Amino acid sequence: MSKSLSAYSVENKKEKTEKHIMVVWVDNESGVLTRVAGLFSGRGYNIETLAVAQVDDAKHISRITITTEGTNSVVDQIKAQLLKLIPVHKVASFQINNKSILRELALVKIIGNKKNLEKAKKICNSFKTEYLDTTKSSFIVELNSTRSEIDRLIKELKPYGVASIARTGPLIMSKGSEITQINKGKIL
Amino acid sequence: MTQQLTGAQIVFKVLEDHNVEYIFGYPGGAVLPLYDELIHHKKIKHILVRHEQGAGHAAEGYARSSGKPGVVIVTSGPGATNMVTALTDAYMDSIPLVCISGQVPTHLIGTDAFQECDTTGITRPCTKHNWLVKDIKDLPLILHKAFHIATSGRPGPVLVDIPKDVQFQKTKYIKKEQAIKIFPKTDVKIEENEIQKIAELIFKAKKPIIYSGGGVINSGEKACQLTQEFAKITGFPITSTLQGLGAYPGDDNQFLGMLGMHGTYEANNAMHDCDLMINIGARFDDRITGKIDKFSPKSKKIHIDIDPSSINKIIKVDHAVVGDVGKVLNKLISVLNKKYPNFKKSNKASISKWWEQINKWREKDSLFFEQGNKILKPQYAIKRLYELTKNRDTFITTEVGQHQMWAAQYYKFRKPKRWMTSGGLGTMGFGLPAAIGVQLANPGKLVVDIAGEASILMNMQELSTAVQYRLPIKIFIINNQYMGMVRQWQELLHDKNYSQSYTEALPDFVKLAEAYGAVGIRATNPDELDEKIKEMIDSPKPVIFDCIVEQNENCFPMIPSGKAHNEMILGPSEKKDNKITKEGKVLV
Repeated sequence: MSKSLSAYSVENKKEKTEKHIMVVWVDNESGVLTRVAGLFSGRGYNIETLAVAQVDDAKHISRITITTEGTNSVVDQIKAQLLKLIPVHKVASFQINNKSILRELALVKIIGNKKNLEKAKKICNSFKTEYLDTTKSSFIVELNSTRSEIDRLIKELKPYGVASIARTGPLIMSKGSEITQINKGKIL
Repeated sequence: MTQQLTGAQIVFKVLEDHNVEYIFGYPGGAVLPLYDELIHHKKIKHILVRHEQGAGHAAEGYARSSGKPGVVIVTSGPGATNMVTALTDAYMDSIPLVCISGQVPTHLIGTDAFQECDTTGITRPCTKHNWLVKDIKDLPLILHKAFHIATSGRPGPVLVDIPKDVQFQKTKYIKKEQAIKIFPKTDVKIEENEIQKIAELIFKAKKPIIYSGGGVINSGEKACQLTQEFAKITGFPITSTLQGLGAYPGDDNQFLGMLGMHGTYEANNAMHDCDLMINIGARFDDRITGKIDKFSPKSKKIHIDIDPSSINKIIKVDHAVVGDVGKVLNKLISVLNKKYPNFKKSNKASISKWWEQINKWREKDSLFFEQGNKILKPQYAIKRLYELTKNRDTFITTEVGQHQMWAAQYYKFRKPKRWMTSGGLGTMGFGLPAAIGVQLANPGKLVVDIAGEASILMNMQELSTAVQYRLPIKIFIINNQYMGMVRQWQELLHDKNYSQSYTEALPDFVKLAEAYGAVGIRATNPDELDEKIKEMIDSPKPVIFDCIVEQNENCFPMIPSGKAHNEMILGPSEKKDNKITKEGKVLV
């Protein structure tokens, strides 16, 4: 490696990066999503998927689910940084394993001739799909499953006229009676 | 029915509730209702700056030297964008600021109206929090919250953007005491277990070092006293970051000087070789650590910080305590005293070898320079300034560059809040407006901005502010006609290609001072320096002191290009030392 001319330290040791799913409970106020997303972009973290909706109408709390990739120490840092945001109540990070439930919703529209539509339907029937709209030249199918299962469906449908795909990105929830407690040490 | 107040009245009511003495600002269309209200609040003095960035840095100077939040009022659009540098500066160095910006009326937001900009969007990454107040009913609580957030935990800047129509609308006022009840409690419990473990490590340490930072100063006078007490009980050597200077007396024998890129030889080597590092309120900044994987390889590391995100961000530590530095030290000291009552006596012996080693490093005299009898050396100028001002309570601000590092190296601070410098962001143009804020917070005290001739021109206009408010700040320009630090890096790292770092056509600073209604003094040789410095100190007016110095002086010692603490270049006088010359050659 050539000697660095910069006084900034050179990046060294590569830690293993893994997929993590961060769940952030926030006050549902204007600009909150930009604060969270801006923190990720500003500090060089990546957002792969993002799902947001209000989950507590009385307290106006939204639950944000973000898929990101990073080393364990990066994920710890993201967590600590997120907790510093004023509208953030609590943060949890999950790894993708059998300790939690992961679900994603996909809508797929197929447009094609009769022959292709039939072949496509055959594929769809082998998954736990639901038909939401059917016409002579098209249909829309819904699949509510894991990310990899949806990937597989889309891959198989590709040759038969996939015209439009919509996916929510995963939601995650821990199994059993465990829930995420308010993080200790929230400091303004 | 309770009395209804306008938005503008509420703003000032809140300022009064929080005992704000000064606001730094600049009027404009979107804040006219606020400026209209100003006259009714005699207790609050408005300082009219010449550029909004100046208002921001002046407020920082006020905050840094007083411990109270600095308050700024700017108009929409350019007023707000001009504040961005100051907000970022305050965010990086954890300085409490409350910025109130005007915004175009709510019905015009989003229409690209005159002097409209997305202020909360632009300032989101450079504030702790910000608000756009669209509903007058929210205003009182948001303003109280703004002060609360700016000053609690790790302090920082906040911004409240108030559309012009909201400044006219009326609502019921909420008092500070009522508002505070609603805010969540933010005090964290100090981990007792960790304190016990840390006490054990301290007891066992053979080669310890205390590394203190700006967090000690932010925590307050008590924390500074406790840091001193902690050092005295343990007898441990102590070094400090740029921001932490003054928390521990700079002329005390246990103090090793500043550490980091331009830190002393003894401080950096002690950091490298120690077996126990106690970080108190510092953040392992890259100017401190040098090459990360060679950073203090043999030590156990302890980190005390109020910001949980600072822990393990850059350097993995063995023990961390999240909490206010003062409170944690208080606990730690009482545990130490209880657990090891004879520690103070026994400890001296167990670390005596370590002190011997440190004193050997000290003998290198890494801050040595030779002052000839013709051209002034910048180090000498600052050393003399120190000698001639050390017997009075002096406040120093700086710009950014070589002069800043020399000031940090040669000016010894004995008290906290006497040293105001832009460390994290490194903002040229910080020192002059900051000095204005410092002088307002400390009337009658000597305030000196140690500056470079390039930096000072970045906010030169604020001299006009100093003259208007009769603030006798002293601007001590180390004038080498170069952006010295840029020149130094070009010499060391870019084959002496001095690209754009020389300033042609500099103003005559003496005449410039006179044009502003201030006093201009010039010193060009060592014989006249002392006398001229005294003349500057004695002047009742703002002074520009143009100190003409050696043009090619470099700031040493220095940790070069991604090197470790024990691989410093000591300077030109060290060229005989083969090992270091070799290291130097890699750079040039």
